[in-house]
Amino acid sequence: MKKIPVDYEKIERSARMRMRTGKAVIYTLLSIWALIVLFPFYWMILTSVKTYSAYTSEYIPTFFTLAPTFQNYVDAFTSVPLADYFLNTVIFTVVTTAVMLIVTVLAAFAFSRLNFRGKDLLFAAFLALMMIPNELVIITNFVTITNLDLRNTFMGLILPSVTSVFYIYLLKENFSQIPDQLYYAAKVDGTSDFKYLRRVMIPICRPTLVTITILKVIECWNSYVWPRLITDNEAYFLVSNGIQTIRESGFGRENIPAMMAAVVAISVPLIVLFLIFRKQIMAGVARGGSKG
Amino acid sequence: MKVVLQNLTKRFPSRSKNGSDVIAVNDFTFEIPDGKLIGLLGPSGCGKSTTLNLLSGLQKPTSGKIFFGDDDVTNLSPEHRGVGLVFQNYALYPHMTVRQNIMFPLENLKGADKLTKQQMNERAVEAAKLVQIDGLMERKPKELSGGQQQRVAIARALVKMPRVLLLDEPLSNLDARLRLQTREEIRRIQRETKITTIFVTHDQEEAMSISDLIIVMKDGVIQQIGKPQDVYDNPINLFVAKFLGTPPINVFEGHVKGEKLFIGDEAVLNVPGVSDCDVNVAIRPEGFSLRNDGPFTCKFANLEVMGRDISVIAQHTACEAENIRAIISSENRADLTSEDTVRFALKRDKVFLFDRVSGNRISFN
Amino acid sequence: MEKRSLKAWLYLLPAILFLGAFMVYPLIDVFIYSFEEGYNSAAQTFFGVGSYNYSYVLRDPYFLQALKNTFILVIITVPLSTGIALMISLGLNSIKPLKNLYQTVYFLPYVTNTLAVGLVFMILFKKTPYSDGMINLLINWFGGESVDFIDGPYWAKMFTLCVYTVWVVMPFKVLILTSALASVNQEYYSAAQIDGTSRFRIFRRITLPMISPTMFYLIITGFIGAFKAYSDAVALFGTDLNAAGMNTLVGYIYDMLYGNSGGYPSYASAAAIILFAIVLTITCINLMVSKKHVHY
Repeated sequence: MKKIPVDYEKIERSARMRMRTGKAVIYTLLSIWALIVLFPFYWMILTSVKTYSAYTSEYIPTFFTLAPTFQNYVDAFTSVPLADYFLNTVIFTVVTTAVMLIVTVLAAFAFSRLNFRGKDLLFAAFLALMMIPNELVIITNFVTITNLDLRNTFMGLILPSVTSVFYIYLLKENFSQIPDQLYYAAKVDGTSDFKYLRRVMIPICRPTLVTITILKVIECWNSYVWPRLITDNEAYFLVSNGIQTIRESGFGRENIPAMMAAVVAISVPLIVLFLIFRKQIMAGVARGGSKG
Repeated sequence: MKVVLQNLTKRFPSRSKNGSDVIAVNDFTFEIPDGKLIGLLGPSGCGKSTTLNLLSGLQKPTSGKIFFGDDDVTNLSPEHRGVGLVFQNYALYPHMTVRQNIMFPLENLKGADKLTKQQMNERAVEAAKLVQIDGLMERKPKELSGGQQQRVAIARALVKMPRVLLLDEPLSNLDARLRLQTREEIRRIQRETKITTIFVTHDQEEAMSISDLIIVMKDGVIQQIGKPQDVYDNPINLFVAKFLGTPPINVFEGHVKGEKLFIGDEAVLNVPGVSDCDVNVAIRPEGFSLRNDGPFTCKFANLEVMGRDISVIAQHTACEAENIRAIISSENRADLTSEDTVRFALKRDKVFLFDRVSGNRISFN
Repeated sequence: MEKRSLKAWLYLLPAILFLGAFMVYPLIDVFIYSFEEGYNSAAQTFFGVGSYNYSYVLRDPYFLQALKNTFILVIITVPLSTGIALMISLGLNSIKPLKNLYQTVYFLPYVTNTLAVGLVFMILFKKTPYSDGMINLLINWFGGESVDFIDGPYWAKMFTLCVYTVWVVMPFKVLILTSALASVNQEYYSAAQIDGTSRFRIFRRITLPMISPTMFYLIITGFIGAFKAYSDAVALFGTDLNAAGMNTLVGYIYDMLYGNSGGYPSYASAAAIILFAIVLTITCINLMVSKKHVHY
């Protein structure tokens, strides 16, 4: 324990200075990244309200516009069937998510609550399926759907998109956390299994179900590969395919502002959904979602 | 190293928008003599952990000063204070071995203090020997028992030879048997190193048993400072009287009239020099003796025999709690004759009077 | 007992049907396809069994181009995105005001349509007769020459693809790392602070080891994700990726299956299995390395 002669005030002052500059640097860097993230969004909104002639005459793009127009949005919905793409996507998303929820809840219930021979083995097999990449099975699915004559139908779009082993796993884990006593109490009262599932388990696990639903909705809304393979009739295009078609042949000439208006229209629903369910979405993704 | 706190205050802004600030530590002034073991004692939420954080420098006080010896360390960051801190959950780095954990603080030394690997290792082994874990140097924390982890944490705090050692609830994560053993261990280590040591606890027995001095706190305010036995024998107010001692002290409503103390209708004790007033009477369990002609009559409820001593459980309408617990030596048992009532005489030095309103002690001769 | 069993299977029936039809059966089938030589999708006939599909794919210049593109993309974007994400998360975890706002902003790309936003990146990077585009404007400001990042030289196109890929994968990584950092017990930092540990040392000796499981999780999923890159490339360069020279392995599989060069499920299957083998190998290597370096 030797005594060190130190100028305490100087140490203190330099430490405070270092803290302040450190914070400033951190905020600057974070803001730069925020700018990089937000800039494409700003640019698409900005471009979507520029007039076609203004846009094409800007050799050096301007960073703002003083004469915003909504004509591009009108064009986007009239010169291409964007509204149809929207409707298709909504139907696809709603039906797929609903069927997925039913299948998932029933399977998770069986795995977590019911006892039957071969349960552990079957569950292990389910888990093994989680590791199978989509790319491997999509080939046969394409052939199957083609052979069943289901190309360019909602059936063909929806059927292979329903199952998600990961969600079954997630929900099963959540169901398993409900104490057994509740189940026995319900049995003593003469509650049937199905009623118990509907009245007790589902309400308790609502947060997980909401998370699963939202993640599936995002997945459906953004899905591109399968719809592209299975539809070539514009009447069944989803927004992703729609946007790709617009990019390659839409709007006659290269009408970038109208294209951006379409992009904004497609992006808005999910962004609104995100802003409403921000906490659930981020918690859900942190628990094991991943893009794609 | 002497530690002095001067008017130390720490306020936290209120959680709700319009609420008033929370004062965790309110105007502390005291001096801790060099080389002593100090127990900072109080119920949870009384500000004792905040006090410890102020001493370590992890938090900065709102006002007031802290001195280590003659140095004003109030605004100094933790690393410049030369304190060792043992966390309640030990905070051992899970990915490092015991040796790496203990050496970690030494690796931070810079300039003239910089040590070679050899020296660091020697110091680490030395510290490990002091807490008797030198046989476990290559284990990871999760391979150790709770008591062993605690020792590693102490060794890590001691290895850089701190001026002041701080322990946050050092025994709370141990089971009862280990707790007894470890507190002796802490006492021994402190005696050997002679480092001024301050530990925080909510367990009065723990604080009483090993501290040179205890500081009793409530709601951010110091209630009483003193040697454990002195505080126990002379509590300054009702809170301190209630907080110290197991089984807890018995509290009655009573009044003083004509220098006599009444509980209910009975005059139980002469209290010369006390003017007439309403009081709370606190009687230690060992302050009762069974007497057939005793002045204090209670309803008899139960008898608990525990070897050397017996507890008489009785009831009285003026008592704050449902039951009165009196501990008497077993020879006295013959005096327990009636089945319905029990009569006690009171020992003067085990009876304390407190003002009914302020809770402050009223002394009598 | 038997009755209960029956009931359980009834609950599982829908899941088993869906998974059986669209995951288990295709999984077996894809191996069969990949060994059937000369498969004709219209007549559903083939005239031999063997490894010809594999050797065809491995010699196909488009496949080799896709392999090269994918590997370059993986090698650049995985370390880059993980590194930047770590820096951002560290920054995020050290601030209090505005933290929520930044987190929300950073997560935004996750919920956007890859194809749609890819279009925005395309117009930002594209050089057209009437405008050199946003990015070229920046380059010109700093005294550089305009480059066509969409139809120009290979390195420029690869650069664009990497930038967009990093932008797309960042939200997930930042989110996961931020929550991993936040779950490190604060007492470790207090303990280190009392010992006067410098910031860099705290990071290297405490933070990094504590979040190493998460880091490896991100690296493994990052590799897998980057190997499956496809729609980002389509968004930037259009559906005819072979023509742009920017095809990826997954893109090659789909092109073999469908589109102008499609109709060859056997080649697609062989390519898919090769891709799967590559991903599996790299994941195993990753797991082996992580066993050595993760401390739990």
